[in-house]
Amino acid sequence: MSQTAIHAERIGKLYRIGERQRYLALRDVLAKPFGRNRGGGNRSRPSLWALKDISFDVREGEVVGLIGRNGAGKSTLLKILSRITKPTEGAATIRGRVGSLLEVGTGFHPELTGRENVFLNGSILGMSKREILRKFDEIVAFSEVERFLDTPLKYYSSGMQVRLAFAVAAHLEPEILLVDEVLAVGDVQFQKKCLGKMQDVSASGRTIIFVSHNLNAVAALCRSAILLERGQLTYDSQNVTEALRRYSSSAVASHTVDLARHPNRVSRTAIFEEISISDEARGATHCFPPGANAMIRLKVNPPSAVLGPRISMGFTNVRGERVFAVGTHIGGNYIPSIAGPAVIRIRFQVPPLVPGEYSMDIGVYDRTGVPLDEIYAGAVIEAIKDDYLHMVDSHGQYTGHIMVRSQWDSVAENESGAAGLKPSAVPSDDPAVPRRGS
Amino acid sequence: MNSAPASSVAATPATLEAHVPVLHIRPPSGWWAIPFEELWTTRELLYFFVWRDIKIRYKQTAIGAAWAVLQPLLAMIVFTLFFGRLAHIPSDGLPYAIFYYSALLPWMYFASSLQNATSKIVENQNVITKVYFPRLMLPISAVVAGLVDFAISFGMFVVFMIYYAVRPTWALLYFPLFLLLALVTALGAGLWLSALNAIYRDVRYVVPFLIQFWLFASPVAYSSSLVPAKWRWLYGFNPMAGVIEGFRWSLTGHGVAPGRMLLTSSLVAVAGLISGLLYFQRMETTIADVV
Repeated sequence: MSQTAIHAERIGKLYRIGERQRYLALRDVLAKPFGRNRGGGNRSRPSLWALKDISFDVREGEVVGLIGRNGAGKSTLLKILSRITKPTEGAATIRGRVGSLLEVGTGFHPELTGRENVFLNGSILGMSKREILRKFDEIVAFSEVERFLDTPLKYYSSGMQVRLAFAVAAHLEPEILLVDEVLAVGDVQFQKKCLGKMQDVSASGRTIIFVSHNLNAVAALCRSAILLERGQLTYDSQNVTEALRRYSSSAVASHTVDLARHPNRVSRTAIFEEISISDEARGATHCFPPGANAMIRLKVNPPSAVLGPRISMGFTNVRGERVFAVGTHIGGNYIPSIAGPAVIRIRFQVPPLVPGEYSMDIGVYDRTGVPLDEIYAGAVIEAIKDDYLHMVDSHGQYTGHIMVRSQWDSVAENESGAAGLKPSAVPSDDPAVPRRGS
Repeated sequence: MNSAPASSVAATPATLEAHVPVLHIRPPSGWWAIPFEELWTTRELLYFFVWRDIKIRYKQTAIGAAWAVLQPLLAMIVFTLFFGRLAHIPSDGLPYAIFYYSALLPWMYFASSLQNATSKIVENQNVITKVYFPRLMLPISAVVAGLVDFAISFGMFVVFMIYYAVRPTWALLYFPLFLLLALVTALGAGLWLSALNAIYRDVRYVVPFLIQFWLFASPVAYSSSLVPAKWRWLYGFNPMAGVIEGFRWSLTGHGVAPGRMLLTSSLVAVAGLISGLLYFQRMETTIADVV
């Protein structure tokens, strides 16, 4: 019987939230006894248990998928296990050398050559110089950038940098490997190669904790799974399929979000109170297949009447790129005013987005554009796959932001004039085809 | 994974136990012990950090290593012209070039170490939030990397010694001790400043002023023989006073043989190092949440 590699007991981590200024300035501290407190900056800040009562055991050689929504505490847990940050309470015991891959290319420097960066990065990740020398050729071959080894990294394309970075990371050989979302980089082929490498690593009997949004990768790689929801461990089992199912269904609860005391509010006044999201055809949900019609209800309660408000919602993907936005003044129409409690209804067709999560930045501005209430990442929608999209298995950088349906075939050159694609090849009643809004 | 029975841990053969490192993760509890053992096991990383600093510095400046010579050289010329030729500050019987250069050697090392150490944590925040290593490595690497510049400018000093035919005396035997004192002083101050700068981001704006004041409070432009003998022990509270006079005396055989001044300087330097280590360790427990 294998031993316990990681034993975690009632781990908790408390963060202060709503802290806009994360670090201090000496002048603020020095000025405090003299100046008045500007803007009531001295309120005791609210705090949040990013993790609470997390207990689990991981056996040696086990490959565990750590799943959960954004903000469920996955990254915090990995950071605690890799000692980047300390828990507020609880304890963990880890048997074996720990390697953490929270990011590829940690410590890469643009002025250094590829070769130099391999050594630097390897060393930061915990490899000894001898180990790096021994694996150097293998790393270089894996990265496919042999020809540019003595070129400074700043001349590399981003794809080449990622390859090199992952090549180093993939050759890390600690007994326990903590991996965060690193597979979400590179093109599909390179991702496959990385998954293959991870499979090799796990086959060699190492313990892996693997965080990913890529459920296929989790299903393919992991023997067991831990589900985190809002900082709590809600499922821990060797039944990966069940864990993934629970993860998908737990999503349903997030179609209604309380905005009144939202941690990501950047404004001082609160106007938004609640957002509820639904699919016109399928009811309350925050998951949308391509082309679905979204219906959003925003409960507002302004302290004073706002004439001609501008209200907008921006949708941002996991890489932080704004993908699209809707607003009264962005392809919408003005509403005369909001005075007192009201529900604002917004209806729009969700573009055929690449599957994944999109966070919503919500804002209301007065007629002249002055912000009245703004919440970053106030809610989340998820673009889900349908039958047609199943072939897309990445949000790789080459995929872009939207999915375009296309038909492909090949014909011999001498027939090309005769055959051609039949228009009926695109079934128009397929739900995957964007439906026209009303 | 289905919470393994506790007995499986206890049943581990003792022989295996010895080879597998066991790590305990616990909440921070007040003052932290300094992880000497960990620093030793990860010493290769220190080497890579130093190597990176030096590579990058010399790649980014067009004149590269010449910078290490030019800086003290230009300062020496300015000091010689204004403090020496114009103000006629007594130089303990040494040629002005030697008098100033021997003081600028440790001073430049100290000043650049301080500056580099201050920004180290903030500069490396993307690494700090992504991977664990003893954070102490960062300020230590700044202070060690400075030794390379120091060695280069020391080569220049040897040339001056030969040119001015200044013969070193038996006092040279003490030189390694003063170099060590310079290192301890720089590390102590560097630890304080890098930890402070991680918490208060405007500290780095204060550092240039601090260095400037410190320069005038140190016997670089003048000799500590200007300070009345009975007050020198007090002057030694500036540890750089002991370092600089020690350098001058051990390298040239001229000047004040630092006595009680050296004693106070050494005590202050060691106190600075210990308090710096403790303060830094305390800051380290929260650093990844702050930067």
